[in-house]
Amino acid sequence: MTQNKAVYSLPSVLADVPMHYCPGCQHGLAHRLVAECLEELGVAEKAICIGSIGCSVFIYNYLLVDTVEAPHGRAPAVATGVKRARPDNVVFTYQGDGDLASIGLAEILHCANRGERVTIVFVNNTVYGMTGGQMAPTTLLGQRTTTCPEGRCKEHEGQAIKMCEIVAGLGGTAYAARVALDTVKNVKQAKKAVHKAFEVQLEKKGLGFVEILSTCPTNWKMTPVQANKRISEEMIPYFPLGVFKDVTSAEDKG
Amino acid sequence: MPGKPKRILVKGNEAICRGAVAAGCQCYFGYPITPQNDIPEYLSKVMPKLGRVFVQAESEIAAANMLLGAAACGVRAMTSSSSPGISLKQEAISYMAGSQLPAVIVNMSRGGPGLGDIGPSQGDYYQAVKGGGHGDYRQLVLAPGTVQEAYDLVIKAFDLAFAYRNPVMVLGDAIIAQMMEPVAVREVEAPPASEDLGWNLMGKGSRPPRVLKSLYLEDSALAGHNALLREKYASMEKEVLYESFMVNDAELIVVAFGSIGRIAKSTVRGLREKGHKVGLLRPITLFPFPSAVLGALAEQRKLFLTIEHNLGQMVDDVRLAVRKHADSFFYGHLPGNLPTPDDFEQPILQVMGVAR
Repeated sequence: MTQNKAVYSLPSVLADVPMHYCPGCQHGLAHRLVAECLEELGVAEKAICIGSIGCSVFIYNYLLVDTVEAPHGRAPAVATGVKRARPDNVVFTYQGDGDLASIGLAEILHCANRGERVTIVFVNNTVYGMTGGQMAPTTLLGQRTTTCPEGRCKEHEGQAIKMCEIVAGLGGTAYAARVALDTVKNVKQAKKAVHKAFEVQLEKKGLGFVEILSTCPTNWKMTPVQANKRISEEMIPYFPLGVFKDVTSAEDKG
Repeated sequence: MPGKPKRILVKGNEAICRGAVAAGCQCYFGYPITPQNDIPEYLSKVMPKLGRVFVQAESEIAAANMLLGAAACGVRAMTSSSSPGISLKQEAISYMAGSQLPAVIVNMSRGGPGLGDIGPSQGDYYQAVKGGGHGDYRQLVLAPGTVQEAYDLVIKAFDLAFAYRNPVMVLGDAIIAQMMEPVAVREVEAPPASEDLGWNLMGKGSRPPRVLKSLYLEDSALAGHNALLREKYASMEKEVLYESFMVNDAELIVVAFGSIGRIAKSTVRGLREKGHKVGLLRPITLFPFPSAVLGALAEQRKLFLTIEHNLGQMVDDVRLAVRKHADSFFYGHLPGNLPTPDDFEQPILQVMGVAR
């Protein structure tokens, strides 16, 4: 007699619908991590999501929480307005690298510097996905995109911007970590980081920031397997994983 | 406590702040720019003492998007700026219009284009009234002509914003901002911040989640949304406000708004004393525009002269309003110069002389 044991079930915060993301895209996985953390922390009922512009613009179709759509790059400013208006709610943004690291650079830096009690989920796949794979501020040197067809060149376009290190350097940031979704081990680490980025908000320590290195097989012109390999072979060497700031662990150390 | 209203002597900028506080504004997001700096300065002192929110944003763009966030929560919120800063807020205003969010934006406008100067100007009429951001939308626009009106209209702006779930702009200028006048202040009952309005974000609790957005990609979805917005904009017609002064027997009607309407009123009064049959129609709401009353006056075979502190913007709306029976002449006082009542006398007499 066999006994069926559930090893996974859909978080109640995640809608049971097909996602519009391309095969091998890891937005769905990142959504799930956020959904699981909201559920485990018991805060889905009071969560307010700030959607952004990019592939994740339809996040409200998948995460079943109150949501407002922000203009391109402005999610941290919108989150500031939401959190100041409703300090008892749990507020988070979900942004891509074009949105956060290019057009929204001022908004994320000042939001972090003010130490807004919000959580920033930042998905870095080194391209503008939704608009068709143009160069992003996070595009790696030599990486070909539709607007740097010969590969990103340091002399003309500069180097990829390391957001986690920059955000960690700001006074209001309570927690900043970079994680990846390419292996089971890394996914587990990623979930811990997302969890922690919400915890510091709940504890009113300051801003929680998680940079998630993620695939974009379509615009990288790779298979999902190749794309996953690119994370460990090309992205992690330039974008090192780890916790760059954690004010709670500093307190622990006294 | 209701009773005799208290009278205070304040600048227009402070009247705006006091009006906003009285109207229950819970959140203010600002950024420095002349000539509206008294607003963030005053509110940075007052709002925290009241347990309300003051944030100096990193830019006008961020301030407008913080406003969007607070508005999405259904909280009474405001931002203020002056012309160049208002240009930067247009993106968020368009999103707020598209997402149907109630918010108050104050523009103490200054000379332009570009950096212009820090003196008064009405160069932002088109931007305010025709939808300064992208897409096809309207915001209610209230144009105070006195400091008292600045106080009263900012209170009204909050009510209108929530009645229509739409951005409302209070369009003043450097004159209204910096001029001191007595103002009768009052206590206003504002709804509590935590009120569930049926659409605002509070966290879903036990109900289905709410989404506030302006993206409509599905077939015909945007058309449906725009049809709804069109209906809403048309329904704003009943909010028309204007001041009409000595128009009944007037041969010529001056049409002017805001501080210029106020100055033109002095001109009209002076010309009346000299026996000239002149009147004034001062639109107080610029959107919706008092087209019906202008049309009715046009039917009475009157002459019209639109006077503005710009190169000619509102005159387009006046000409449309009177087009069945009349036309409007135009006199534009150039931004960069401050007009006096005397400056408008010759243009008025010229039109009356030319046309007769």
